[in-house]
Amino acid sequence: MPAFIIRRLAQSVFVMLVVAMVAFLMFNYVGDPVHQMVGIETSMQEREALREALGLNDPPLVQFARFVGHAVQGKFGLSYQYKRPVAELFEERLPATLELSLVAALFSLVIGIPMGVYTGLHRSGFLSRIFMTFSLIGISLPTFLIGILLIFVFAVILGWLPSYGRGEVVAIGGWTTGLLTISGLKALIMPAITLGMFQLTLIMRLIRSEMLEVLRTDYIKFARARGLTDRAINFGHALKNTLVPVITITGLQIGSIIAFAIITETVFQWPGMGLLFLQAIHNVDIPIMSAYLILVAFFFVVINLIVDILYYVVDPRLRVDMGKAGGHG
Amino acid sequence: MSEPLLNVAHLRIEFNTRRGTLVAVDDISFDVMPGEVFGVVGESGAGKSLTGQAIIGLLEPPGRIAAGEIRLDGRRIDNLPYGQMRRLRGRQIGMIFQDPLTSLNPLYTVGRQLVETIQTHTSMNHEEARRRAVALLEDVGIPAADKRIDHYPHQFSGGMRQRVVIALALCANPRLVIADEPTTALDVSIQAQIILLLKQLCEQYDTAVILITHDMGVIAEISDRVAVMYAGRIVEIGGVREVVKNARHPYARGLMGAIPSLHRRVEKLNQIDGSMPRLTEIPSGCAFHPRCPQAFERCRRERPDLVRVGESQVACWLYGRTS
Ligand SMILES: Nc1ncnc2c1ncn2[C@@H]1O[C@H](COP(=O)(O)OP(=O)(O)OP(=O)(O)O)[C@@H](O)[C@H]1O
Ligand code: SF4
Ligand SMILES: [Mg+2]
Repeated sequence: MPAFIIRRLAQSVFVMLVVAMVAFLMFNYVGDPVHQMVGIETSMQEREALREALGLNDPPLVQFARFVGHAVQGKFGLSYQYKRPVAELFEERLPATLELSLVAALFSLVIGIPMGVYTGLHRSGFLSRIFMTFSLIGISLPTFLIGILLIFVFAVILGWLPSYGRGEVVAIGGWTTGLLTISGLKALIMPAITLGMFQLTLIMRLIRSEMLEVLRTDYIKFARARGLTDRAINFGHALKNTLVPVITITGLQIGSIIAFAIITETVFQWPGMGLLFLQAIHNVDIPIMSAYLILVAFFFVVINLIVDILYYVVDPRLRVDMGKAGGHG
Repeated sequence: MSEPLLNVAHLRIEFNTRRGTLVAVDDISFDVMPGEVFGVVGESGAGKSLTGQAIIGLLEPPGRIAAGEIRLDGRRIDNLPYGQMRRLRGRQIGMIFQDPLTSLNPLYTVGRQLVETIQTHTSMNHEEARRRAVALLEDVGIPAADKRIDHYPHQFSGGMRQRVVIALALCANPRLVIADEPTTALDVSIQAQIILLLKQLCEQYDTAVILITHDMGVIAEISDRVAVMYAGRIVEIGGVREVVKNARHPYARGLMGAIPSLHRRVEKLNQIDGSMPRLTEIPSGCAFHPRCPQAFERCRRERPDLVRVGESQVACWLYGRTS
């Protein structure tokens, strides 16, 4: 295990460095940082002094090292728009996005896995067909359209749910949560469904096709021939064998849920990172953009690491003394 | 003479396809006695596996039993409700598949798979089941069984895995095991070991075996009686000595000629030309007539049924009484 995890860790660090490089280049060379910070009336000398003070005259490598050093400490400079540290802005916004993303991911798993198992087991059942049709809709409708439709029905026509915002939030330490208030939960429902819908259908279809595949394997036939119960076969043997691809996809999807939250946050005016990022693009607020880039990359890398560790837990073949690689297929 | 353990009577297996109904197994009947090794031999596509699947109740749709009866100890089992049939599997009738590499769930230790199966069929607690599992692994010749029990399938070689598969098939002590080409996927050097192990264990546990294979040599080695199948029908059935030494049906004789035997002088290796017909184009009369060196007019028109010839039964007009 250690060797395998250490190798992955090293790869992760490398990926993060590459991303930091991109963010750094963006930070330093897209537009002039000094120009963004000062007024028109500032003199050349003052500008030059600021350059010197910011270290912008140092060799690029030194600047990059400093940039990485700061990034590790969570220092991403001042936002041009807000004139406040980016880290502070992120701290305010991150809980909203993470809560939304996690609830959306949970929603897609909790609904998607049972639907996938069901449609895999009852291939041509009536309910399966309904699920499959429904999943086609989920896959083909763009996210924003789902969001707008939901708003139209549940906020505008029925008036059951708020159409924007996060509702009341409660602060616990530095973390603001909407999960503890009724209005917070109500506000979360539609954005989470909107954000999770695509993943839900994806996971359902994935589980279904993996189930169909696994149910055809010899070890399932042999399990049946030994008289094991359907329950043991379907859930103990078959479902577990579908998990490796499902873990992969889920991992990737959680990453993209966080990234795609931008659209959902815009539709629902959700006060999260995505909204902040969009505004930053509008106003060429480079520090926010580069910090966002690094943060999202960081999430992807961490999730990938978790996925790798889960593989290791689920599939004993990866745990082998590598000398005896097993046949499979 | 004792009662048969298994009785298959007029079994017919069909597939409903878009192009109509295909008959894959057509009116076959045979008995398996308690503790005997019953060989089923024939070229690919003869219907051997389907017969085995029908007996254990695992025919896959669209395949279905269209006619006939299967009895175990005189009790009909081909029309049992699903739950009852499930309890029979493993407990009364076990099955061993061709490929040990894919027969075991890769994600569980062999011990877990054994314990699960034992506990499905007995009231043993985990400890007892595990002790039985270790004993079984020892029985099938796995060294250091008490350690190996916690290993995963990929940590075993092919031959060892097939031993584990045999242990799994036998772990609830079934009365009958259907072994569908149990050694085909194995290295030639270990095939004989596995076959002998199977034979010896089944003797020890008093389990009857239906041994399905292409390999007449294996049949000659260990079975008591043998059925030769061609295009979904039994063309010759009888005691193994009789059929091997004295095959009557031209197809059976062809198969015997193909035995690469060390024990028997083979005068000439007469391979049979051509191949098994597809289900969609089974010839009229005797299905073997296009390939049969001795075919004559009647063979093309009328289908021969099994008739007693010496101590065997043969379906061939060469032996039929004129009607
Ligand atoms: N699902 C199916 N649909 C249509 N035909 C099928 C199906 N399954 C099997 N068959 C046909 O039934 C016939 C008998 O198949 P079976 O598997 O019993 O042959 P076998 O004697 O075991 O051959 P082998 O030695 O290749 O295993 C074959 O011609 C096969 O093509
Ligand atoms: S019945 Fe005729 S064709 Fe068929 S095996 Fe006998 S001789 Fe050959
Ligand atoms: Mg077969």
